[in-house]
Amino acid sequence: MLSFIVKRVGQSVLVLLVTGLVAFSMFTFVGDPIDNMLGQERTMEDVERLRAQLGLDKPFVVQYFRFLEQAAQGNFGISYRQGRPVAEILMERAPATLELAAVSGVLAIVMGIGLGVFTAIRRNGVAANLIMSISLIGVSLPTFLIGILLIYLFSVELGWLPSFGRGETVHIGGWSTGFLTESGLKALILPAITLGLYQMTLIMRLVRSEMLEVLRQDYIRFARARGLGDRVVNFRHALKNTMVPVITVIGLQLGSIIAFAIITETVFQWPGVGLLFINAIQFVDIPVMAAYLMLISVMFVAINLLVDILYAMIDPRLRAAS
Amino acid sequence: MTEPVLSIRNLTVEIPTRRGLFKPVQGVSYDIRPGEIRGVVGESGAGKSMTGNAVIGLLDPPARVSEGEIWLNGRRIDQLDAEQKRRIRGGEIAMIFQDPLTSLNPLFTVGEQLVETIQLHLGLSSSEAQSRAIALLDRVRIPNPEERFHQYPHQFSGGMRQRVVIALALCSEPSVIVADEPTTALDVSIQAQVLDLIKELARERQVGVILVTHDMGVIADTTDEVTVMYEGRVVEQGTTSQILGAPTHEYTKSLIAAVPRPQVKLHRFPQVSYGGRETAFKIEDLARNWDRSTASKSGTLVEVKGLTKRFLAKGAILPSQRSYFTAVDDVSFDIKDGEVFGLVGESGSGKSTVARMLATLYPVDGGTVTFDGEEVTGMDAKQLSAYRKQIQMIFQDPFSSLNPRMSVGDIVAEPLVHHKLLSRAEIGPRVRELLDRVGLASDAYRKYPHEFSGGQRQRISIARALATQPRFLICDEPTSALDVSIQAQILNILKDLQEHLGLTMLFISHDLPVVRQMCDRVGVMRQGKLVEVQETSALFEAPKSDYTRELLDLMPRLEQLSEEQIAELRT
Repeated sequence: MLSFIVKRVGQSVLVLLVTGLVAFSMFTFVGDPIDNMLGQERTMEDVERLRAQLGLDKPFVVQYFRFLEQAAQGNFGISYRQGRPVAEILMERAPATLELAAVSGVLAIVMGIGLGVFTAIRRNGVAANLIMSISLIGVSLPTFLIGILLIYLFSVELGWLPSFGRGETVHIGGWSTGFLTESGLKALILPAITLGLYQMTLIMRLVRSEMLEVLRQDYIRFARARGLGDRVVNFRHALKNTMVPVITVIGLQLGSIIAFAIITETVFQWPGVGLLFINAIQFVDIPVMAAYLMLISVMFVAINLLVDILYAMIDPRLRAAS
Repeated sequence: MTEPVLSIRNLTVEIPTRRGLFKPVQGVSYDIRPGEIRGVVGESGAGKSMTGNAVIGLLDPPARVSEGEIWLNGRRIDQLDAEQKRRIRGGEIAMIFQDPLTSLNPLFTVGEQLVETIQLHLGLSSSEAQSRAIALLDRVRIPNPEERFHQYPHQFSGGMRQRVVIALALCSEPSVIVADEPTTALDVSIQAQVLDLIKELARERQVGVILVTHDMGVIADTTDEVTVMYEGRVVEQGTTSQILGAPTHEYTKSLIAAVPRPQVKLHRFPQVSYGGRETAFKIEDLARNWDRSTASKSGTLVEVKGLTKRFLAKGAILPSQRSYFTAVDDVSFDIKDGEVFGLVGESGSGKSTVARMLATLYPVDGGTVTFDGEEVTGMDAKQLSAYRKQIQMIFQDPFSSLNPRMSVGDIVAEPLVHHKLLSRAEIGPRVRELLDRVGLASDAYRKYPHEFSGGQRQRISIARALATQPRFLICDEPTSALDVSIQAQILNILKDLQEHLGLTMLFISHDLPVVRQMCDRVGVMRQGKLVEVQETSALFEAPKSDYTRELLDLMPRLEQLSEEQIAELRT
């Protein structure tokens, strides 16, 4: 088990080094940062001086290692547009995205697994078939369209829920939360549904097909032959086996919930890192873009590392093999 | 005579299909008394398992009991509602399934599964249930039950898992156990142990056992009474000695006659003549169009020297920490032109690994393989491709060795396409011809594997193997998944191939009587090592090693029959 975790951590570090390289190469290949920083009335001496001051005259590899060194300490430089440290800006924005991602992730997992199990057990029932048909909408409609439709229905027509923003937030330490105010919670509902719907339907369809497969297995038949009731067979014996492959996909999907938050945040003008990233692209704010890329890859890698460990905990056969 | 615990009266099961009602079980009646073992025998599709499922209330809808009665301990149970049937299941009636590898949930420990069942049926506290579970594991003779209790199914061998399954069946003190092919997936030696255990438990606990099997040897060894089924009906029933010694129905007679005997070598496998559904295998036509010479330069086609294969048993970052399992250990033998060389041994003895190394499916860790004077182990990609054209393989499971998404025509054409042996226009006619030669109807070309029975699928595998006109055929347990009657057909086809085409074969099996009939020489493998190699008759009559003698002693036999009786049945 320990060698398994060590191996996985090693792979994760490798992945981070590669994404770091991609993030860093943006500085060099997407225009010259000196051009962005100095105005029209610059002299060659100014350019040379700044280049030396920023270390941009050093070889690429040296610059890359300096970037990694700084990034590891949470220093991503200064935003070209806002003139403030990128880390500070990210810290301001991260809570909004993380809260949104957490709510839609929980929504997707709980509803996805619940409905998946339901549609698998009642696979010929009317309700199950109806859910399956509706779920097609969730898979096929693009996120921004769902967001706009929800805004139209619940904000414009019915006027129940706000159409943009986070509502009021409360600051606890360095964290701003929308969980503690009524308007904050209300503002969360529509974006969370928009963001989580696709993942929910995906998880649901996956759980359903895996569960149907598991229910055909001999050990399920044998469990019934031992007289175990439906509830024990379905939720104890079948569900645990269903979860083995599903967990991998859930891990990947949780990562993409954070990554795809860009679209939802744009539609709902949600003040998170996704919106920050979109704005950064418009202004070619490379330090912000690089930092965002690193942040997302760290999250992806961390989630998948967690999933691998969880996988081994659920399946004793993997524990033995490692 | 004691009262029967279970009584099946005129049972009929029907399945509504688009083409009308299909009745897989028709008017079946039999009784089981306490402590008695009733064998139910017949080929697959005869309705034996369906009867068992009806008894335990586990018929898959839309199948349903349409007529007849099932009485358990004086109570009629076929009309109970689902909840009442569930209480009987695993309570008064327990079940043992065929494949111990799949009938235990892999994610729960053996103990958890036992305790769960015991608590459900006996309502004990968890500590009481645990001590009872450990006692049961001990009763089915699992060593170190306290330790084994906390282990997962994958930590048990096949035979040990079947013991766990039996322990699970005993959890609730049942009065009837339905055992559906309980030893079919096990080795001979393990099979004997498991059957003994079932016999012993039936006597000791006065449990009535329904033993569903297609193996006449198991019937002869284990059962008190026998019911013979054919196409959903009981054709004959009575005491075991009566049925085996003096069968009256033609089907029973031919079934008994078709069991391969280890005592004598016959030219061909006797087939189940009743019903006569065999389609002809056109060996002469095949031989006429066979344009490859199968003879080798030296008279010895395959030479294996010091063959070794190791698998990683425990991985680690440091190479010194890794441990290996030696699956094949310094194995040497040679196969002469046109010879059928048998490899026998229990599962895990390394026979299949040898086959896979010969077929270059596994890389070789040590030793050499020489084919017609050329060393296979050092070949480059181009030479390997030429080698692979000359060898073909037939696998055990005809259900998983054919790609379900490919049509039969495409499956048989694949080797021809891959090795670019024929032009596109020539392939179609060639494949149709091959399918016709192995006895499949002309419409087989467009069909898919699931539309065929096990025996027909194995014919498709044979057609695929013959497509490249190989010189060497590797058969890895080619009939283990098949009924006796189908087995005889397939084995006769293989014999024909060897005789008419001079094909050289490596024949792997754990079934000694079959090996006796098929092979010219036999090697016995145990734990990766080749224990002995002998001419077949010498091996069976005067085995050199103790291990071979042990294996021969464990074969289930139809001892109640004398040689004269068998000869009589065959005429």
